[in-house]
Amino acid sequence: MLISMTNEMMRQIIMDHYSNPTNKRRPTTDGYETIHMHSDNCIDDLDIYLLVKNGVIIDACFDGIACIISTSSTDIMCDLLKGKKIEEGREIIDSFQKMMKEEKFNEALLEEAIVFINTSKQAARIRCATIGWTAAEEILKDK
Amino acid sequence: MYDVYKIRKHFPMLDGGVTMQNKPLVYLDNCSTTFKPKSVIDAELDYYKHYNSNSHRGDYDLSYQMDVMLEDARKAVAKFVNCEDNEVIFTDGTTASLNLVAYSYGLKNLKKDDEIIISVAEHASNVLPWFRIADLTGAKVIYVPLNEEGRVTPKNLLKVITNKTKIVSIAHISNVLGYEVNVKELGKIAHSVGAIMVVDGAQSVPHIPVDFKDLDVDFLAFSAHKMCGPTGIGALIGKYDLLLAMDPFISGGNMNITFKKECLADYRLPPFKFEAGTLNLAGILGFKAAIDFIQSIGIENIREHGKELFKYALSKLEGHDDIIIYNKTAEGDILTFNKRGVFAQDLATFMNYKGIAIRAGEHCAKLLDNFLETKATCRMSTYLYSTKEDIDIFIDALINGGDILDAYFND
Repeated sequence: MLISMTNEMMRQIIMDHYSNPTNKRRPTTDGYETIHMHSDNCIDDLDIYLLVKNGVIIDACFDGIACIISTSSTDIMCDLLKGKKIEEGREIIDSFQKMMKEEKFNEALLEEAIVFINTSKQAARIRCATIGWTAAEEILKDK
Repeated sequence: MYDVYKIRKHFPMLDGGVTMQNKPLVYLDNCSTTFKPKSVIDAELDYYKHYNSNSHRGDYDLSYQMDVMLEDARKAVAKFVNCEDNEVIFTDGTTASLNLVAYSYGLKNLKKDDEIIISVAEHASNVLPWFRIADLTGAKVIYVPLNEEGRVTPKNLLKVITNKTKIVSIAHISNVLGYEVNVKELGKIAHSVGAIMVVDGAQSVPHIPVDFKDLDVDFLAFSAHKMCGPTGIGALIGKYDLLLAMDPFISGGNMNITFKKECLADYRLPPFKFEAGTLNLAGILGFKAAIDFIQSIGIENIREHGKELFKYALSKLEGHDDIIIYNKTAEGDILTFNKRGVFAQDLATFMNYKGIAIRAGEHCAKLLDNFLETKATCRMSTYLYSTKEDIDIFIDALINGGDILDAYFND
């Protein structure tokens, strides 16, 4: 692994973002684009918000009801996307989705999001790990 | 003497070969579906290997024999729930059965401002068909309030029933809280205002003795797959005079006598009027084998076994204040709970990691969350082959479990 991280560190990162998701909030200003996501096999029920201006993702946040994996993964995603150009954002999301499908992916782009590399052990939760990312992908699609 | 270990020998899923997360499978999601004994699997296979033909078609022995077997299965279902043979309609299962009542009875008999009474504890299949019918007819859906425990009671039905009530449709046993409802009394109240009583028997018929005539309700819906039978087959039981007056739901082959260009059609009498198209014949043979299997054990014994396991689980959880139990007073089989500070879905994932199948979420009863004051619960449900050892493994994982994230990081 490019980023060497112990299982303990990975657990800690997931729990930190679950216990204290800094991006779990609703936007207080206008201009955000949003997608509502509802999982069929989990009860995840999330709204994802992106603020995009002049080709740059200025802010990313989310709110709703979610399990450990979806909360933590979406929170980390928001951190990663903030300040990135649309194209960079797309590449990060693409890498994450590939990791979840156990395909070759660009590890360098994922930073903390690498902690979800084990999610496929619980196949029923892959959808939870990707729910926020899929929403962001959709928002950025036509930009 | 109820010998659960002997019973388990009939089930290929329980022979130790099936694992989950490299651990022996502990299956505690029997409200969702149940395992099938070898006799049921063989009965389905036998259809394809020895009796493959269509029913009501044949001028030849094979098809005639199929008709005999089909009607034998119908008799077995009728005997199991104590109704007349011609009151048994084979359907895809509870959902299809309830839709049949909604569309064939409801659409014909409901008009604007009539009332349909259900409860917030109902499964989607006993909610959404009524939403559709309300939408199509202008009728209203009214909810009978649950009592403090979460039960549907005759007393509370009396609070909401009116002369406008045309249909009362309630689950005999709630799939979330496991409470047994006095549908016989509800039926009397419904009849007193001229309404019909529909019973969702998905969770009751497999677990407790159900006597259609004694309950004196108008319709009873259930599925084979929750009682050791195949998926995709079930029944609607309906009082014959009501069936006779109802229009067809699905139309097509098998259910008509003749039809003419001028949009004229003559239909067969019930139950055949409601069995359009080729039936799930393999499923029906499997359904009969499931009933035979259950009768060989005895439905009363199955009920007692469920009660005993439920009490056992409750006793083992006593004193563990971090476990919230939502239905301590239930009659059996279903335990609904949460662990303080743990999201239900995460707990279910952790259980999966331990090889234990339980269900988390809203259990298809999405109107109930306000009552429970939680968005999601975990549900553990047993059946005739569940053991105290299954409960022990489950409780150990629940109490001493370890870190929820073990599910992702431990091998």
